[in-house]
Amino acid sequence: MRRPTEEAPWLRWVLCLAAVGVALLFLVLPLVAVFAEAFRRGWGPVAKSLSDPDALAAVRLTLLVAAIAVPVNLVGGVAAAWAIAKFDFPGKRLLTVLIELPFSVSPVISGLVYVLVFGAQGWLGPWLEERGVQVVFALPGIVLATIFVTFPFVARTLIPLMQDQGRTEEEAAATLGAGGWAMFRRVTLPNIRWALLSGVLLCNARAMGEFGAVSVVSGHVRGETNTMPLHVEILYNEYQFVAAFAVAGLLALLALVTLGAKAVLERAG
Amino acid sequence: MRRRSALPGLGLALGVTWLWLGLIVLVPLAALVLRPWELGLAGVWASVTEPRVVAALGLSFGAALGAALVDLPLGLLIAWVVVRYRFPGRRVLDAAIDLPFALPTAVAGLALTALYAPNGWLGAPLAAMGVTVAFTPLGVAVALAFVGLPFVVRMVEPVLRDLGPEAEEAAAVLGATRWQAWRRVVLPALGPALVSGVALAFARAVGEYGSVIFIAGNRPMESEIAPLLIVARLEQYDYAGAAALGLAMLLLSFAFLLVFGVMQRRLRRGVM
Repeated sequence: MRRPTEEAPWLRWVLCLAAVGVALLFLVLPLVAVFAEAFRRGWGPVAKSLSDPDALAAVRLTLLVAAIAVPVNLVGGVAAAWAIAKFDFPGKRLLTVLIELPFSVSPVISGLVYVLVFGAQGWLGPWLEERGVQVVFALPGIVLATIFVTFPFVARTLIPLMQDQGRTEEEAAATLGAGGWAMFRRVTLPNIRWALLSGVLLCNARAMGEFGAVSVVSGHVRGETNTMPLHVEILYNEYQFVAAFAVAGLLALLALVTLGAKAVLERAG
Repeated sequence: MRRRSALPGLGLALGVTWLWLGLIVLVPLAALVLRPWELGLAGVWASVTEPRVVAALGLSFGAALGAALVDLPLGLLIAWVVVRYRFPGRRVLDAAIDLPFALPTAVAGLALTALYAPNGWLGAPLAAMGVTVAFTPLGVAVALAFVGLPFVVRMVEPVLRDLGPEAEEAAAVLGATRWQAWRRVVLPALGPALVSGVALAFARAVGEYGSVIFIAGNRPMESEIAPLLIVARLEQYDYAGAAALGLAMLLLSFAFLLVFGVMQRRLRRGVM
């Protein structure tokens, strides 16, 4: 017999089908479309557009940018989480709000702020230019904008977990005479490793896929300041659709791997 | 008195945190707050009240609000089914929810354009019904609903999971039909979470760029979003104008988020 807190079987079926339908049409179909468009003419054109020198340069730049941006946010995020989760200090709430701030800023504005500081008419732009340092329309600008948009990922995955864990284990280690670094490495790190890895994965996925912020500071020089998402845009605007969707497919693959790894980590942690 | 922590490293951790926050976030954002005023107060006002700017802001905020409101029932449906029912494919559905989070925005933009273009898989049948999605404001709203959906689902899910069966059982014992119990017991409990999900979806959608510009068509006064105008102003080296528009967008979306915050508090206290 049906319990009074359950819906009628027919209603359950209708709701399940509706939810799956929405997910298929609205969430999954776009992903399928990327690969369908890429492989429209088979493997050949896909392989050719992925081995194009400009595409390879874009892949290299994307990897380089992520390799700088992710560690910076890893160190900053762990430091912030350590301070916020394990200590009480004045300004803690403000600090927590400020760390989340980049998530409520438009990607375009995230790029814009660096142009305002480092651009040709920026606060520091002319001074840096006299010294031959170019930030905007060059690698440093792309890296800075990427760090900005991926700023909160590591901190926000760690803070709730580390707050739940409290500080008793670390205090025990301190009582037993462990130094700060030994305590962190032997006690804290094993406790947070899965969450840390998951935060790094999300941070990395966003770093490699960021479009708006990077587009504002990049200058779109082919083979030089084009990351993969920017390369996709250029190809698309040049009506090279198969090539555009091939590179987009590579990025979509990265997203799928990230989602899969995140699901595995959630079960591990 | 504040309990002193016996742990080391507060000074170092705070130092690193403030340095990281200051250099990457606070100094650049200060430029956004300060630079518009190079135009003077009247200049800033003129720059953000140009008809083209007003139209773009209206589209960005209007489409974001519309998209977030569409995400509300869809997100609620998906969260309900994933939490309450067991059926084949539930795990896959649960994983698919995060696709818009994980998919780079430019990829989403290209994919949605291909799908909803007049010759696309979804665009062709819709065109046969007389609905044009791609390259219209409707296309903007579709892209924004796509990026916002996971926010609603992920806010509602944990609340729904923690909501034990007791209240619904009590309602059933007292003679409520399943619909009445849902309407009077479940929905009010989910209210605050729904509002924060909608607020997050809205906040993300307002500033969205990559997933929108491909499908929008970008015609001035009609399907041009505000972030695109910022880019256009930067390309003309109008830094102060770009900053003025950026600051206006930021202040407007904070104002909206404040309203959502008030709604959420009232729902929580049961006033609404």
